[in-house]
Amino acid sequence: MTDRGSLKRSDARAGLALISPTLIIVVFMVVLPILWTVVLAFQPLSLLTLAVSGLFGTDFTLDNFETVVTEPGFVGSLATTLVYSVLGSASAIGVGLVAALTVRRPFRGRTLVRAAMLLPYVAPVVAATFVWRTMLDPQFGFVNHWGSRVLGWDEPIAFFTQQSSEVTLLGLDVSVPTALLSVIAFEAWRSFPFAFLFLMARLQAVPASLEEAARVDGATPTQRFRYVLLPQLLPTIAVLSILRFIWTFNSFDDIYLLTGGGAGTEVVSVRVYDFLTARGDIGLASAQALVLAAILAVLVGVYLRRFAPQEEKT
Amino acid sequence: MTATDVRERPGDERSRRPPTNPKWTRDAVENRVFGVLRWVLIAGFLLVTLFPFYYMGLLSVRSLDAVIQDPGALWVSPSEVELDTYSSVLTSEESGGQGFLDFMRNSALVAFGTVLLTLLVALPGAYAVSRLEFFGRRQISVLFLAVYLFPSILLAVPLFVFFTKVGLRGSLIGLLIVYVSQIVAVSIYMLRNYFDTIPESLEESAALDGCSRLGVMWRISLPLAMPAIVANGLFVFMIAWNEFLFALLFLVEEREQWTVSLGLSQLAGSIEIPTTVLMAGSVILTVPIIVIFFASERLLTEGLTAGAEKG
Repeated sequence: MTDRGSLKRSDARAGLALISPTLIIVVFMVVLPILWTVVLAFQPLSLLTLAVSGLFGTDFTLDNFETVVTEPGFVGSLATTLVYSVLGSASAIGVGLVAALTVRRPFRGRTLVRAAMLLPYVAPVVAATFVWRTMLDPQFGFVNHWGSRVLGWDEPIAFFTQQSSEVTLLGLDVSVPTALLSVIAFEAWRSFPFAFLFLMARLQAVPASLEEAARVDGATPTQRFRYVLLPQLLPTIAVLSILRFIWTFNSFDDIYLLTGGGAGTEVVSVRVYDFLTARGDIGLASAQALVLAAILAVLVGVYLRRFAPQEEKT
Repeated sequence: MTATDVRERPGDERSRRPPTNPKWTRDAVENRVFGVLRWVLIAGFLLVTLFPFYYMGLLSVRSLDAVIQDPGALWVSPSEVELDTYSSVLTSEESGGQGFLDFMRNSALVAFGTVLLTLLVALPGAYAVSRLEFFGRRQISVLFLAVYLFPSILLAVPLFVFFTKVGLRGSLIGLLIVYVSQIVAVSIYMLRNYFDTIPESLEESAALDGCSRLGVMWRISLPLAMPAIVANGLFVFMIAWNEFLFALLFLVEEREQWTVSLGLSQLAGSIEIPTTVLMAGSVILTVPIIVIFFASERLLTEGLTAGAEKG
């Protein structure tokens, strides 16, 4: 008895000792910096005055938040961020689902096809954005070349630098946000493998007997998907939606590299970067980052509230 | 409501089915359509995912004049292949090149350093979280998951300010510390899942034979977890090699310290450097990742989805 107790205590000591390096790194490099952002957001601090000011200033001001909200383009960038992350996540998950269903049954070369489909996700984002920009370039990109040859485009489309273009649909002239749709398409291309991977794993765990029973009862493929597979996949899709939404909402690399935030694609994270580097305003950048985090927290909270109870029932 | 649908619809189908022509039932039509659609989709997915990489390689061996004259060409004849782009992008800036060799050295230093440090810290941590009962174990797991989900743009501001203040911004060491702190939580999460699958009885029998905790960890658990450790190391390497935001924030003013990602992104904006040369740079940036990925695809995908299958 006493022996077991001492073993437990030595386990507890060893556990803490083994985890402590990680804990120290995470606390000092992640947790404290985040708390510090809150302090910074309430201070009038710029990169120029950083050298003379202390790490924890004593001035307290709400000016930064006022500037964030009143600065031109605030509401617009918020809306852009929302549209980008909702459409980006939805299309990535949609394409991922189609991909998972497509390669579900074994065929020759399936492993290779599966690996190829993961490439957009693992490839360096800088290289991927550079190739896309070149492919869609109005002057020497092959898309515009073939678009004007084969599809009869009147003039090359500047996919990443044109804010909007007129498209005639069923006799109606519709204004389309070209650059925004292009970055969403890129997001779908780059992130669908993530959804594909998780949905694929989930599909393989669906018991074959379920579908077999439905088949014996005469259910057609679409019915089997709608009433057998989809209910099995929904929890995974719900989790993927949250993960993808959080990441897309905050993503900086893709848009910064594709458009630099121009042509109606300025998302909030690009604003944070601009406030920090172009203006050198630390307080303003912190406040903008906090606003971003707060909005995200509210949205995710609402989502969890609405959907979490339903998941438990199924 | 949905439940009755399942039962009734197929029944309707059967009763309405004309007995003389069983070929045109809904089931048969759908089977045939999806049978064809499947191959169309597989071809489509292959094209869409692979083509950009093919195009990257293609442009990197064509001359700029040829590209401008015929932007739509999707093939290059072997006689027209030019490899000058690669020598131009690799040679140092002083010799008139773009200095990607130096960028590669920087990237490799940071990436290998991140792998080593992360594993050094994460392995004991993952073992502790998986095996040892200690105070606050659950809270620590939750904290790590939160860190994993935490957006890096939020961390960018305070870390930028802090490293400027202590004078480590502009050094590879600063970047290395940031990478380790960002990745270590994910790494622990992946490794823990693997440790959980190793039967504890193996360790107990070693303990009965007189092994200490550390001895058990070193002699039994570590060798058994080797596949997971390798996969995890490769995963960390890929993240560090691909990373862009912090490299941009920390190193942009110091050209000698640029990583390949940063170098390519900075030079891509310049008009003087031909696109074909930069494509060669893209290939150089991408090839190590593709090689690692295909060498370890199975290990990696298993590691990535290990958490998903449970939930």
